[in-house]
Amino acid sequence: MNDLVLALVVITALCFDFTNGFHDTGNAMATSIATGALPPRIAVALSGVLNFVGAFLSLTVAATIASGLVDTGVITLTVVFAGLAGGIIWNLLTWLFGIPSSSSHALIGGVIGSTMAAAGGSSVQWHNLISKVIIPAGLSPVIAALVAASGTWLLYRISQSMTAGARSHGFRIGQIGSASMVSLAHGTNDAQKTMGVITLALIVNKSVPADASAPTWVIVCCALAISIGTYMGGWRVIRTLGKGLVEIESPQGMAAESASAAVILLSSHFGYSLSTTHVATGSIIGTGLGKKGAEVRWAVAGRMATAWIFTLPSAAIVGAGAYALAHAIGGDAGVIVDLVILVALAGYIYYRARQSRVGHDNVNAEWTGTVAPADTTAEPATA
Amino acid sequence: MNDWINWTALWQIVVVGLIAGAGLPALFAIGMRMLALPGAGRAQPAGTETTDSDTLVGGSVLGLVTGAICFLIVLAAIGWGIYAIYQAGHPKH
Repeated sequence: MNDLVLALVVITALCFDFTNGFHDTGNAMATSIATGALPPRIAVALSGVLNFVGAFLSLTVAATIASGLVDTGVITLTVVFAGLAGGIIWNLLTWLFGIPSSSSHALIGGVIGSTMAAAGGSSVQWHNLISKVIIPAGLSPVIAALVAASGTWLLYRISQSMTAGARSHGFRIGQIGSASMVSLAHGTNDAQKTMGVITLALIVNKSVPADASAPTWVIVCCALAISIGTYMGGWRVIRTLGKGLVEIESPQGMAAESASAAVILLSSHFGYSLSTTHVATGSIIGTGLGKKGAEVRWAVAGRMATAWIFTLPSAAIVGAGAYALAHAIGGDAGVIVDLVILVALAGYIYYRARQSRVGHDNVNAEWTGTVAPADTTAEPATA
Repeated sequence: MNDWINWTALWQIVVVGLIAGAGLPALFAIGMRMLALPGAGRAQPAGTETTDSDTLVGGSVLGLVTGAICFLIVLAAIGWGIYAIYQAGHPKH
């Protein structure tokens, strides 16, 4: 029993959940913001509320993040803490560069890295890692793209006799519904991962019995953390998804969001806790493929795919390094030193992000190949 | 089903994904198109509308009713889906 370290783990886990929220706002809302279906700040507020509701919708996959992927017998509070540190650092770095990478992979990678550092490669269940995480990660964007491309083709086909104005107006209304569904799906899918990690820490610390499900306070705290994070709005990622990949019209936005919501909810129904980011990106590319004359910026897509491949190993390396450092110093002091470094790095990344700010006011500026629009320095900084 | 890929789950995700993820928005689009059918109840006098008008309701009663049915089916499907997920996510002990 170590209540100080447990408290630090819980707080760090909630911080991860927060980065998960703001990193992934774009998955649900990027296309609605890009087409003007919802004003940016209304969009993130709606998404935040629905993430909160979604977190309570289903509780079946809450404990699967670590059990089944690593040998839970070797896990200590320090392992969990180091894994979370790996996930947070990777999430913040990719946010700085506006890359929509997977928060789930960052967390899984971090935990695997710290477990390996603690107990060696045999403590990782490689077969499960490949069949439950890596293969679904490769397939899910393809399936989402297929569904979104079919949807896009159908929507343009059905609505071709309507005036451009009426079509755009109608699908913008539809987008509010479809984006809401993605937000709900995100809360259901992603908030549970942090619930699983906190519950695991409680079990490791023997604060709750080994077969316990997530206590109510854990569910409420995780729901709050992810919804506040979502409300903060990861504008940099929203911009890449909404403006960088494909120039999106409202029928494409609705098709992309419907495809994402359907694939995420169905997959979690079958027990695959896949990355909402991979699905959302696949859907957006699919809408570019499904509309005649639409252009997919493959260079941007390629940069994302590269980041996806690096997510698991990079977060694992950070997680392993954090464990090694904490272990070398030993005891509570090791975890506290890790925490200080984590806070310092997070502060530095935040400082760098402020220097090329992307916010609700310039998120939709013309895409010129960079995350931060060219004229950000001229904009007054708003909090 | 083999060891690496659960084909049963995969084809269900693809097929149900297409029905829900592409079929429901298509039904929404059909509803919109029905709603836009021109008819007697039109608010604007005929001939005054421009080609880029964004008016959604055309005024046809038949169109209005079919459109409403389409929208109701979409809403019912979403509601049923959320209910099914809630049921599966809170197993009774």
